[in-house]
Order: sequence, then C-alpha cells, then structure tokens
Amino acid sequence: MSPYLTSLIGGLIIGLATSIFLLFKGRVFGISGIVGGIVKPIRGDIFWRVSVVSGLIFGGVLMSILYPAAIEFSDSNLTRYLLAGLLVGFGTQLGGGCTSGHGVCGVSRLSQRSLTATAVFMLSGILTVIMTKWLGV
Amino acid sequence: MKYFIAFLSSFLFSIGLAISGMTNPSNIIGFLDVFGAFNLQLVLVMLGAVGFHGLSYFLIKKKASPLLTEKFLIPRNKKIDMKLVTGAALFGIGWGIGGYCPGPALVSLVSLSGPVLVFSLSMIVGIAAYHYFFKQFLTGERS
Repeated sequence: MSPYLTSLIGGLIIGLATSIFLLFKGRVFGISGIVGGIVKPIRGDIFWRVSVVSGLIFGGVLMSILYPAAIEFSDSNLTRYLLAGLLVGFGTQLGGGCTSGHGVCGVSRLSQRSLTATAVFMLSGILTVIMTKWLGV
Repeated sequence: MKYFIAFLSSFLFSIGLAISGMTNPSNIIGFLDVFGAFNLQLVLVMLGAVGFHGLSYFLIKKKASPLLTEKFLIPRNKKIDMKLVTGAALFGIGWGIGGYCPGPALVSLVSLSGPVLVFSLSMIVGIAAYHYFFKQFLTGERS
C-alpha cells in the first residue's frame, strides 16, 4: 500500500481514538498533559492516566509483532535524543500540549490557542531541521 | 469501564500512529525538512485525524454529557500568552531535533532501542523539571 494511503488511514484511526475518548470520558486526548499528571500526580486522578499510557505501550507491543518496521529505529547519536527529550518534556508542559492535544484535538475544535501552538511548533520544528542540516549535526 | 475506555482509545491511537509511519522519527524530520526531501505523510495523518475528529467533535458536543462522566472537560482557557508560544516553540525545537513527540515515543518504547529510551527518560525529566521547579517561578503559583 502507498505510504500516503496508510498515513491517511492511520490518521482516521487516530481521529476515531480521540473521538471515543471524548464521547465516553469527555476529555481531550492530550498525551503530554496526561503524562504530566502522572509525573506530578493528584490523588484520585491517576489511574485513568496510567491506563492511557499502558494502552500506548501495549499498542506498541502489538505493532512490534504485526509491523516491526514501524517501531524499529536506531541512531548512535544519543545526545540528540537527550536534548530533544528535555525540550519536548519541558516545552509541552509550558505550552500546555503537544501534537495530540493541540495538534489533533485542539485544531479539530478550532481552538485559537491550539491553532497558534500548532503553527508555532511546526514552524520552530522546520527552522530546527534547517539549522541542524546546515550545521551538519 | 472508564479505565477500559482510556486503555482502548490509546491502544487504537497507537495503532494509528504506527501504521501511519509517525513512530518513525525519519518521517517527522522528513516532514519538517520542507526545503529538502519533503515527506508529506504527516500532512495526510493530520488530515485524516482532524477531518474525523473535527466532525465528531461537533456531533459529540451536542450531547448534554459524556457517556461515562458527568461533564465535558474541554480546556476553556482562551489566552494566547508567552507561556503558550514559548512552550510550543521549545517543543518544536525538541521535535525537530529528535523526531519524536510524546505519543510516538511511548508507542516505540517496546523496541528498547537507545534513541527512544534516552528520549523518553529525558522527556520525563523535562516534565518533572517544569512541574516541580519552574512552574512556581513562571506562573507565580505555589505548586
């Protein structure tokens, strides 16, 4: 199958998942916010968050069996991922969302905040890739 | 039941991410590389996800309440401030450097490969640094 077709289908499945979550739980499916509430827990507001994270991990386990090429990735430059992780962790908490919460859920409901955040993180991502390529790192 | 729904939706979400190629950082970097070998996959993922959820959101919101809880908890903050913009900008830099955002990283944890392990651990450190240290300075709140 063409990678564009699988991307479109995958996107529809993602939209279905966020819709089920909204329909039953009435919440935005924002992964950085959900994880944030585990790192800094509030009593009585943890278990559903852990369920979401386990769903992601178990989905990964299933896909690593059915479609291992999607999950496998290696790179020897680990400093890159150390820096990336710190920025993604800190930035998503400060900015109140990531690709799922702002990018998918927020943009879907035409939230001004999420549209702004999505435009900003895409632009800064683009500039970063231009810079890293230019610097050759 | 509510925990099952939380599990089920994120399980589905992760399958969507994996089949759409979003768990592969090269596809993300390729998308952000607009002047290089531009990779259109992320655009199609967003089109599918926002297309579906955009429509369902307005249908679901017509209901008085969600099926399992009393009320909808949709963010109502409308303020576009420096926190939002700076946070999104920092996130974008990290996304451009590593090609991972939180969801795909957690889905890829099973591979136990170096990049995803290092990324996920330092992401937790970044999240904790914000909540336990910076938040009170940045917002003036005591955490």
